[in-house]
Amino acid sequence: MSSPIDTLVNREYQYGFVTEVQSDTLAPGLNEDVIRLISSKKQEPEWLLDWRLKAYRRWLTMTEPHWGNVKFDPIDYQAQRYYSAPTSVKPKQSLDEVDPELLDTYKKLGISLTEQKLLAGVAVDAVFDSVSVGTTMKEELSRYGIIFCSFNEAVHNHPDLVQKYLGSVVPYSDNFFAALNSAVFGDGSFCYVPKGVHCPIELSTYFRINAAETGQFERTLIVADEGSYVSYLEGCTAPKRSTHQLHAAIVEIVALDNAQVKYSTVQNWYAGDKDGRGGIFNFVTKRAKAFANAKVSWTQVETGSAITWKYPSVILQGDNSTGEFYSVAVTNHKQQADTGTKMIHRGRNTKSTIISKGISAGDSQNSYRGRVQVLPRAEGARNYTQCDSMLIGNRCGAHTFPYIEVANNSSTTEHEASTSKIGEDQIFYCKARGLNAEHAISLIVSGFCKEVFKELPMEFALEAQALLGITLEGSVG
Amino acid sequence: MLKIENLHATAGGKEILKGVSLTVNAGEVHAIMGPNGSGKSTLAQVIAGHPGFEVTQGSIVYDGENLLDLQPEERAQHGVFLAFQYPVEIPGVTNAYFLRSAYNEIRKARGEQQVDPMEFLDVMEQKLKLVDMDPDMLHRSVNAGFSGGEKKRNEILQMAVLEPKLAILDETDSGLDIDALRVVAGGVNALKKPTNATIVVTHYQRLLNYIVPDKVHVLAHGKIVKSGGKELALELEARGYDWVLEAA
Ligand SMILES: Nc1ncnc2c1ncn2[C@@H]1O[C@H](COP(=O)(O)OP(=O)(O)OP(=O)(O)O)[C@@H](O)[C@H]1O
Ligand SMILES: [Mg+2]
Repeated sequence: MSSPIDTLVNREYQYGFVTEVQSDTLAPGLNEDVIRLISSKKQEPEWLLDWRLKAYRRWLTMTEPHWGNVKFDPIDYQAQRYYSAPTSVKPKQSLDEVDPELLDTYKKLGISLTEQKLLAGVAVDAVFDSVSVGTTMKEELSRYGIIFCSFNEAVHNHPDLVQKYLGSVVPYSDNFFAALNSAVFGDGSFCYVPKGVHCPIELSTYFRINAAETGQFERTLIVADEGSYVSYLEGCTAPKRSTHQLHAAIVEIVALDNAQVKYSTVQNWYAGDKDGRGGIFNFVTKRAKAFANAKVSWTQVETGSAITWKYPSVILQGDNSTGEFYSVAVTNHKQQADTGTKMIHRGRNTKSTIISKGISAGDSQNSYRGRVQVLPRAEGARNYTQCDSMLIGNRCGAHTFPYIEVANNSSTTEHEASTSKIGEDQIFYCKARGLNAEHAISLIVSGFCKEVFKELPMEFALEAQALLGITLEGSVG
Repeated sequence: MLKIENLHATAGGKEILKGVSLTVNAGEVHAIMGPNGSGKSTLAQVIAGHPGFEVTQGSIVYDGENLLDLQPEERAQHGVFLAFQYPVEIPGVTNAYFLRSAYNEIRKARGEQQVDPMEFLDVMEQKLKLVDMDPDMLHRSVNAGFSGGEKKRNEILQMAVLEPKLAILDETDSGLDIDALRVVAGGVNALKKPTNATIVVTHYQRLLNYIVPDKVHVLAHGKIVKSGGKELALELEARGYDWVLEAA
């Protein structure tokens, strides 16, 4: 009898195509001139170039981190290209002017940048390699005073906001990949929600890597002013290539007093083939700062990438602020994931919740790494962590690395962990009720991930569920 | 409806079924009794298609088809139902969702229309009554945290919803209190039709007061060593298995 899980795992990556466009691409290599060139292509002000150069000089003093439970050969940073942009993309172009080839690319990815009706309820900033191709619903949002545009546009049109908040949550010196990103970032998204405004639609960024041998280094900055609310979605895909590609992004979120930000990601970068050839190295820094009574939730479903190294975190700066992290990380074949969160409790009565679900299949390795830090001033802080791992097959691994540091005695932390194996018995039980293996696995796995899926916006939850099925296809033997 | 001939099955290199033959006709109820570890559950699981057992000899013909050629889910879709001795828990998946998925798969196989969640609620209403189950159970995860008796009742609920042609109840009576036993037996009897057949695996003749068998078989050491009418169950209850084993 052929294993149901085998048939499941061999489905194809759906987004692996390449768009043939004429691009302005820098030669491989990294030095100060390259950074000056990127900055000048974007016609950036002096202060930003200075900031990039400072980041670069800092980066030169840092070493590539290998402490994660992932294995990769040192990356040759001189062999990478740091900028690639379709030549058709002009500064300040409107959506009507976008190259049809690019529109078509996004259409194939299920995102329409022009047909208004398909976009109901979601505004999209589409980032293609190092530039933003277009942002939808800008005018509608501006009626609420909401600024939603590409990072580059924000630098030109809202320099005060950018200058005030850029690096305020993730300083360029934070870590090796953050410093690299700060030096060479291409584009990204910017969002500002004014005081008291409840953003009426979902905002989203869609990242697409297209060019070969080119890293993608984008950054997102979200500022939710006092008492505002915004829900933000992020999606991403890349072509299938036989070499690894680096994605080192930064997301910074500032949630001022009483603001609420919900950030959801469905990460579907190309994961490499069954033997571990190709795939994205996803080395990302995501962090939020929550001021008094503010609340930030990270929800992530990680299915792609050859390597994931990512710890969306919340600095609970203000009193009574709340941080949440809901994560599903699925790995199959030779994929490696080291992901988790940091919750830094600085304010009093701050509260954090961590729910992590790791699913490993094939020969993959899946690690949860989390740090809960309660500083002396953070009296009455509370954390609840739940970390569940599910194994499919015998060759994969699940690991948890929880670090808890509490520096006062009025705080409580709670940690629960479990590891289970997807049982042949569970699958057989479903089959004995008429469900085929594929259906059975997706049912069992989505049951396992339920607490996280319920945090996702509806359409995203369905997409995530479908992706799990594809990622795990063929994995049960 | 079901014809098993000289069935041999192994698990982990060990032969458990050593030549079972059994014929069940439409409209009949058969009881299988026998000592612990004699192979009753193994027989039930082999009929349902559990991949942990390998059939090394013999055949199972069901409804004119070679059952051993079918995947477990195909067997279910063709009307074979096994009420598990140890029902499996599926955390995070509601009973309602699980049941509807199964119901729709089986309808699909029969070429019938799928039902949406609202329509399914109507289907469930009367089935719940049949097994006297609290509707709240539908919104709990499949078997997770259910008491032993609740799990068994849930198996019968599934049977009631899926309306199988051949139902095999593996010790569905074990762990049931006397009221629950009556409910479960009542459910089984209510679903009985001239075109259906039921195999009940049990240790207790008391179940057979409610579900009256046409035939009673004793399985021991992987073989059916004695068959008889319903009075055989009474005799076994009174005398134990030794006399049967000695005679065999
Ligand atoms: N997967 C397996 N691997 C090895 N041995 C097994 C396996 N499954 C069952 N057995 C053995 O086969 C024998 C029959 O088991 P089975 O569960 O069919 O018995 P049973 O008649 O249902 O017993 P009970 O009345 O206790 O339910 C037992 O000795 C059991 O240990
Ligand atoms: Mg048994």
